[in-house]
Amino acid sequence: MKTLATRGIQAVMVAVLIGTATFAMMRALPGDAAYRIAAGRYGYDNVDTAAAQAVREELGMGGPALPALLGWLGDLLRLNLGTSLVTGQPVMGEIGHQLGASLALAAVAVLLSLLIGPPLGILAGLRPGGLLDRTLLIVSTGLKAVPQFLMALILILILSVQFRLLPAAGHGEARHFILPALALALGLAAVNARIARDAMARIGAMPFYSFAQWKGLSPRQTLLRHGLRNVAVPLLTYLGLQFVTLVEGVVVVEAIFGWPGIGHALVHAIFSRDVPMVQGTALVLGLSFVLINAAIDIATLRLDPRRTA
Amino acid sequence: MSHAVTIPRASGHALRRTGAALVAAALSFALIGPIAVPGDPFAQSLLKALAGPDATAPLGYDHLGRSIFHRLAHALRLSPAIALASVMTAGAAGLALGTLAAARGGWTDRLLTTLADALLALPGLLLVLIVLAIVPGTALGFWAGLSLVLWVEFFRLTRAATRDTLASPAVQASRLLGFGPAYIFRTHIWPEIAPMMLTAAAFGTATAIMAIAALGFVHVGMRAPTPELGLMMVELLPYWREAPLALLSPVIATFTLLLGLTLLAGGRET
Repeated sequence: MKTLATRGIQAVMVAVLIGTATFAMMRALPGDAAYRIAAGRYGYDNVDTAAAQAVREELGMGGPALPALLGWLGDLLRLNLGTSLVTGQPVMGEIGHQLGASLALAAVAVLLSLLIGPPLGILAGLRPGGLLDRTLLIVSTGLKAVPQFLMALILILILSVQFRLLPAAGHGEARHFILPALALALGLAAVNARIARDAMARIGAMPFYSFAQWKGLSPRQTLLRHGLRNVAVPLLTYLGLQFVTLVEGVVVVEAIFGWPGIGHALVHAIFSRDVPMVQGTALVLGLSFVLINAAIDIATLRLDPRRTA
Repeated sequence: MSHAVTIPRASGHALRRTGAALVAAALSFALIGPIAVPGDPFAQSLLKALAGPDATAPLGYDHLGRSIFHRLAHALRLSPAIALASVMTAGAAGLALGTLAAARGGWTDRLLTTLADALLALPGLLLVLIVLAIVPGTALGFWAGLSLVLWVEFFRLTRAATRDTLASPAVQASRLLGFGPAYIFRTHIWPEIAPMMLTAAAFGTATAIMAIAALGFVHVGMRAPTPELGLMMVELLPYWREAPLALLSPVIATFTLLLGLTLLAGGRET
């Protein structure tokens, strides 16, 4: 319960931080933001000084910064995210549309990384210092030094430009998933594999693990019964922390591959200074981090009941 | 039983030395290169667009006929300079606030930890993007945004280590002898956290360089004529077939720098 309360406080703080940052962004916009918002609301043909003045009074924009900030945060906490300055649609609707595409991409990437990383890591951890272990160390160190955008670039050059195997951009078919998901997954897998390997090596060296084999279980049974569950705990915790890396990657990778998700929307919103959209997308990304980590807190407690004590 | 656990990490020193050598190679190219072969990273000569290497441009020319050698050297000065400035600022702030939180405890501690936790939940790139939109000037924006992202790590490390150290009998003895906070920080706390700070600094520098390059690559970072690693890659990407070397040089430079910094940071995960 205590961890959940901490996560709740974290969520509120995230909202306040993003609200304050986007408020500062609004104030720093060149020109008169009231005209921009009026244009967003009433259409470009109906903007005049009276409309801008009405907006300014309603939002308290002309006045001192502090009451305006509090009003802005109040709107945010009531989940009134406003309308996009560019499309004029409610931000909530736009985000709901994009979030699905991003979640699908992120889920495929995480699954792919879990298929690649931990199995290799566990195999390496079963024989610490062996050939696979040493190769894995080199490969994962190299992969960690490749940022996601560079990975995307390399994959595009090799798989779609040189060999024309896969489309470099697009959305809608299953094969469009492969390149962006792989660009995200390889970096995640490099870290996953290291974590799994370290956990497996540590657990494999523990007395209870040798005892399990000594009492007659085969190596395979020992791994399935006593190894996997123990490896899963650190792996899951790191998966939660990696989520930030994943979201950052989603922002960059979606922009590169033209994936119609929330990261793509964020980059475009920043580009056109569409502050309500920036706020909405940032809020969704930050809050989903907190939510996922809360879920992982609960899952680790289930996996390892000792932690409840 | 313990013989099985001491595995490849023993070669940590060799890895760190390799990392330092890679970083030094990239930086000395950036600093000495333009002195050895003088040239202008902005001078265009469209007749030489995408031409191969010659004496005045050892790495060939880009799509606007600018010397890639000099643009790369310029880019390799720019990103590390911004990254180092941010890491220094973030390190100083994190160190000061972390020590403060650990020493004061109570509400100061709780407030700072909550703030740090909230910042941790936000992807760094996103914060940098928002700050870039607020602060005028791209380099200044990157410095401010990256400092805001990176201080959290220094803060958490300092706070955790300082709390343990402050509770130790050694510090109690120092206090009883009448030594002030400055003395306690210098003799007890700093030696404890200094090695961690260096690791975090190398890691933070790598993060910063990656962020600058990634945002340049998607056209929301540095602006066009400025030579920047990510920007150079995206500019040269369409000419991959005509001039592979032109695209490969910023790619290899970035990888060398980041690999060096990752090795320098040691076996840290995430």
